[in-house]
Amino acid sequence: MKVIGIPRRRVDGRAKVTGQTRFADDVVLPRMLHCKLLRSTVPHARIVRIDASRARAHPGVRLVLTGADFPIPYGILPVSQDEHALAIDRVRFVGDPVAAVIARDELTAFEALDLIAVDYEPLRTFSSPDDSLAHDTPRIHDYGDAGNIHKLVSLRFGDVQAALSAADHVFEDTFFYEGNTHLPIEQHAAVAAKDPDGKLVLWSSTQTPHYVHRALAKALAMPAAHVRVIATPNGGGFGGKSDPFNHEVVVCKAALLLDRPVKICLTREEVFYCHRGRHPVLMRFETGVKRDGTITGMRVQTVLDGGAYGSYGVASTFYTGALQTVTYHIPTYEFRGCRVFTNKPPCGPKRGHGTPQSRFGQEIQLDKIAERLALDPADLRLRIVEQPETLTANYLHVGTIGLAECIRRVTHAAQWSEQFRKLPAGRGVGLACSSYLSGAGLPIYWNDMPHSGVQLKLDRSGGVTAFCGATEIGQGSDDVLVACVAEVLGIDPNDIRAVTGDTDLTPVDLGSYSSRVTLMMGNAAIQAAERARDLLADAVSKKLSVPKDRLVFAERRVFDTEDPAVGVSFSEAVCLAEAMFGTLGTTGSYTPPRSAARFKGGGVGPSPTYSYTAAIVEVDVDQSTGWIHVPRVWIAHDIGRSLNPTLVRGQVEGSVYMALGEALMEEQTFRRLPSKLSHALVHKFPSMLEYKSPTTLDMPEVFTELVENPDPRGPFGAKEVGQGPLLPVMPAVANAIYDAVGVRIDEVPITPEKVLRALDAKAAGKPARVGPTRFPAVPWPAALEVPPPWEGGDGTAIDKVKSEKGKVKSAETEVVRP
Amino acid sequence: MAPHAHITFTVNGEPAEVAFAPYKTLLEVLREDLNLPGTKHGCELGECGACAVLLDGQAVLSCLVLGVDCDDRDVTTVEGLASDGRLHPLQDAFADLGAAQCGYCTPAFLVTAKALLDEHRHPTRHQIREALSGVLCRCTGYQQIFEAVEAAVATTDSRLATSDARSRR
Repeated sequence: MKVIGIPRRRVDGRAKVTGQTRFADDVVLPRMLHCKLLRSTVPHARIVRIDASRARAHPGVRLVLTGADFPIPYGILPVSQDEHALAIDRVRFVGDPVAAVIARDELTAFEALDLIAVDYEPLRTFSSPDDSLAHDTPRIHDYGDAGNIHKLVSLRFGDVQAALSAADHVFEDTFFYEGNTHLPIEQHAAVAAKDPDGKLVLWSSTQTPHYVHRALAKALAMPAAHVRVIATPNGGGFGGKSDPFNHEVVVCKAALLLDRPVKICLTREEVFYCHRGRHPVLMRFETGVKRDGTITGMRVQTVLDGGAYGSYGVASTFYTGALQTVTYHIPTYEFRGCRVFTNKPPCGPKRGHGTPQSRFGQEIQLDKIAERLALDPADLRLRIVEQPETLTANYLHVGTIGLAECIRRVTHAAQWSEQFRKLPAGRGVGLACSSYLSGAGLPIYWNDMPHSGVQLKLDRSGGVTAFCGATEIGQGSDDVLVACVAEVLGIDPNDIRAVTGDTDLTPVDLGSYSSRVTLMMGNAAIQAAERARDLLADAVSKKLSVPKDRLVFAERRVFDTEDPAVGVSFSEAVCLAEAMFGTLGTTGSYTPPRSAARFKGGGVGPSPTYSYTAAIVEVDVDQSTGWIHVPRVWIAHDIGRSLNPTLVRGQVEGSVYMALGEALMEEQTFRRLPSKLSHALVHKFPSMLEYKSPTTLDMPEVFTELVENPDPRGPFGAKEVGQGPLLPVMPAVANAIYDAVGVRIDEVPITPEKVLRALDAKAAGKPARVGPTRFPAVPWPAALEVPPPWEGGDGTAIDKVKSEKGKVKSAETEVVRP
Repeated sequence: MAPHAHITFTVNGEPAEVAFAPYKTLLEVLREDLNLPGTKHGCELGECGACAVLLDGQAVLSCLVLGVDCDDRDVTTVEGLASDGRLHPLQDAFADLGAAQCGYCTPAFLVTAKALLDEHRHPTRHQIREALSGVLCRCTGYQQIFEAVEAAVATTDSRLATSDARSRR
């Protein structure tokens, strides 16, 4: 390997350090106008009247748009087409866009917003899941599973109740994970224009140009072929730029109507309103274990505070219950999930999408189990790690598993056995593990087409251009694309130009979400490059009279492996092949394997393979102030194979950083304005000053270990790294605090105030714990029964009606354990 | 609105003259009136640090400085770090060592680190943390940034050693 596995400057590195990366707000076009959105000041209301006449008359204003201009709804999921670019007759949270002003400059547009009069008729505000569960009306949306419940899920894989009864111990714990937001440093921005042919072009800081493309075609009722979406490199995304957004639709409509380019750049406050961040999740775990730590069964219940729109929420709900089984062997498993609508900015996917919340609960509960069984938490986990190449109780096919090795590496590096339960009071260490998808196995809209496509153009100069719809959000997707092609063709990564994220120029890649790009685009790139190599090899073989299988592609040459002096330069090889075959171009595609899950809801969780992580966090807790300092973190990640170790390490360390923010300080919370004002439910602090995130001074030393055991499903064996390493850190912090001061903080963020509260309770002889105690009553539907593979199941749910008649045998098949 | 503020100052070592609406910040003047989009913005409220530039050699947040206050002064942006066709050692180190992921905060980290190194040729890790604490990065976890600053120090030392050796010859 000449490229893969070697630490290297990323191909877009120079652009980034010279300030030449062209982000969306850097796009400036002749005759460009500027757009600003008027956002709702009330959390839930009917719009009685909008009077924009004064704004329209304001000097410099070119256009004012309102909900009437956008009759067609859209949304990221086919089942949640519940957004309008501007509110039609109802606003659902403070910050919901109501009107748009397009003017000669930003300041004029801002001024004109104040001239728009909106009369609202307030409706009851729903501020919490309790509220939304207790009151069916008024409904925030006229769809959903019941009242203000957006989604109810109930799945059962085997007889969990019997498994809990048969256990030596049953643990029942309730946890709360507060919501938080992505906080990308780049504010969302977009520029729309009519191109000279009259077609629409949108430059936008989006992670998912393909889905934005589809949403625009729908919402603007235009042929998709007349819409071009260019994803500019994102100044950070983390999931927050994965939905089609109001402002994108608005500037497109305005550019079409005015025949002039229109730009919008959101303020930081507006970025907090766009949100789509981490769902606040209340969860309950019931887990049965044998004395040796073996899990007999697990029941997980989650309630998600979804905010005002659907977004990815249905998927998020399933994700809170999907991956528990992928990490440890759980023979019977039940999951119930409930997402409610509330009058807050919509929640959606943030790094780890739906899984960090329940991972937090699961890993703290395991720590409690280990203590009760007098087992070392690392030993307990090593006993129950899921087996590689198995089908889990909920029909997820697991590939390679490097988790045991991850645990061994971190415990060795951190000298775990000399530290755990042995440090002086106030100091502690905690361990936790996790797993994550290497790409969602199913697309957002069901189809049989590839998830990623790559085209190569080979040039007589020896240069190669690689085209792919993948979106560079900082993670290094352009570098992965180029590295895979360079390795196969034996040329330098810098000989290759990457053209990415442009729906006109590049084949579809579904987007930068679910840690899917490296695996899917990488495999497509390898296929395209191998096809190109094949063409070149045919031509060179003929020219040199050397058998094709003796040709090597390396160091910008194609040569005879038995006599390296016999060969041609790469550019000569291209010329020979072009003379033999005509214009050269190849394609590659990637489609994930079919999932074994054939029940309703089985579409969320499958992945070609999963990454694994183990982390140990060290804390110093000041028992007089509750202040928590994290000096060191050890983390080992099962990456399969590291394509560019420099970037891989950056993803691991960046995950640790973001996780510590979630564990210790970040929270997207809300408050009521005083009654004498509007009593509106408003964002508590939509600013970066008040929304605390870790600075250079807060960041611990991170010791990263990469476990490399190539997975045959990944490109050169690679699995994901962008999200998985975030997951174990929050529970490891909580477990370390318990080791340090003997109190359980069963919720995030873990603030000094909560630590003090728990220490006070402990001193008073009360339970040394801060965290939720109750779980709301949820009208769960009857569970969909899916017998696990070892009970003879085939991935389908039992048809209750038929099985009662005794015609379907799957439930009655003899129980066989693997 | 007709511009009626007018300043002459030095930008990236070159004299510049610019007219703009008087309410504009240095950030806006650089990006919108001088066509220097390398300097970024993340809040325009002085909270994120992404818009840092050097004003008379000091790192400042350009969103908090009015353009009209920059008459006769000296401004360095990321576009002014490379010289003689060669990247600044900080730029090379950031690119090589993964200190730039999305790259959005990178210009601010680069100029802030330059201000630090101009003052302390051999900063400690803690001095680096302190000096960069006003700039937020959501991608890297900062560690590769610290390492890049330290690597740039080493490069600068060896370049200086080489040129010393040459001048002694």
